[in-house]
Amino acid sequence: MNFEKRLLEGDKRACARLISMFEMGNSEAIDIIKRLYKHTGKAHVIGITGPPGGGKSTLTDKLVKELRKRGKKVGIIAIDPTSPFTGGAILGDRVRMQDLATDPGVFIRSMGTRGSLGGLSKATYGAVKILDIFGVDYIFIETVGVGQSEVDIVKIADTVVMIMVPGLGDDIQAIKAGIMEIGDIFAVNKSDLDGADRTALEIEMMLKFGENEGWKPPVLKVSAFNNTGIDDLLEKIIEHKKYMLNSCEFDRRRLANAKLEVLKLVEEKLMAMVLKKTSTGDYLNSLSKKIAEREIDPYTASDKIITMLGE
Amino acid sequence: MSERPIRVLVAKPGLDGHDRGAKVIARALRDAGMEVIYTGLRQTPEQIVAAAIQEDVDVVAMSILSGAHNHLFPKVVNLLREQGAEDVLVVGGGVIPDDDIPFLKEAGISEIFTPGTPTSAVIDYIREHVKRK
Repeated sequence: MNFEKRLLEGDKRACARLISMFEMGNSEAIDIIKRLYKHTGKAHVIGITGPPGGGKSTLTDKLVKELRKRGKKVGIIAIDPTSPFTGGAILGDRVRMQDLATDPGVFIRSMGTRGSLGGLSKATYGAVKILDIFGVDYIFIETVGVGQSEVDIVKIADTVVMIMVPGLGDDIQAIKAGIMEIGDIFAVNKSDLDGADRTALEIEMMLKFGENEGWKPPVLKVSAFNNTGIDDLLEKIIEHKKYMLNSCEFDRRRLANAKLEVLKLVEEKLMAMVLKKTSTGDYLNSLSKKIAEREIDPYTASDKIITMLGE
Repeated sequence: MSERPIRVLVAKPGLDGHDRGAKVIARALRDAGMEVIYTGLRQTPEQIVAAAIQEDVDVVAMSILSGAHNHLFPKVVNLLREQGAEDVLVVGGGVIPDDDIPFLKEAGISEIFTPGTPTSAVIDYIREHVKRK
């Protein structure tokens, strides 16, 4: 099949196949992205993150339905954890998005983390580009349920929506470093439950402690289940991108992310080179043995490997 | 090129609300190192096929306990063929009378697993018959 042509025509099967090929590191898929890279960067990439069971899938479902009413095309990448023991995974985010499955203007792809720890999977970066070329207006990335430090979503999203729920801890939790620092918009979901006002207030106070110049992250109370506050949330998401575009913040963030991405790729390629070079003649194993037996220290050993690369 | 895990869509077509069996299978396949996309209850054949295409799965595994298997299973196979996805392995399970099995196999369902099948038999079958792209 001519993937390139079919992807540009918005063919879902070609899009799906290309994402799989990219996941496997297939060079044809990478070549297609290389050729079509100039077509990327148009879609508004929205990260949806927050604790497990917070309602990320359900809220995504509601936000996407609202965008569909407005005639927008949407891609969704939903990430769930891969077992570090078996490599298996249960990807269950589609359960909350059943009505969207047959919508011609929606493409949903579930991904396992496959060893990545930052809340995304490695292939997310490629999948976003493929969906962008495929021609969606919005891309939602739903991270795994996060704890305190899975912040990779900021490296790829234009707008990060942090979903919180009442009852997860006191105001000290809210001022800890990590995920609470990455929200462009905070949505307190399940706001029909007791404690929602308090949770929203604590987040607002946390945000006021900081000396944030520029965009002030809004805190909204929503209920995905009762379908309340969804319109307001979507308006804030759209407003955030407009603000970013008008303030140069958009360019700054995309530049920073481009730098991170290229360095990450270089790191992966270098590591592959290192493993290839040092695997010949059992070099790595014998060097490691010497380190373990204190014949050589790990710092000198790593210098030796780096020297080998240049040879 | 790296291997990717076998991807399986576990789906419940039809109107019965009994998903214990589907969940047991989903869990067993997960523990066997597969990526299981679980879509939930009361799926139409159209929803199942749309999900299978977008997720680019290797296998569609359906569970049905309502007796509508002779209608719904072949429908899924036919819709997959219409989409050019005939390389997807389709298997079914549930309360399915022995007399219906030849018809279902004729219709393109590769294997039918009836009550009492050990999960290991399902795992082995999938590993042996999956048509890698």
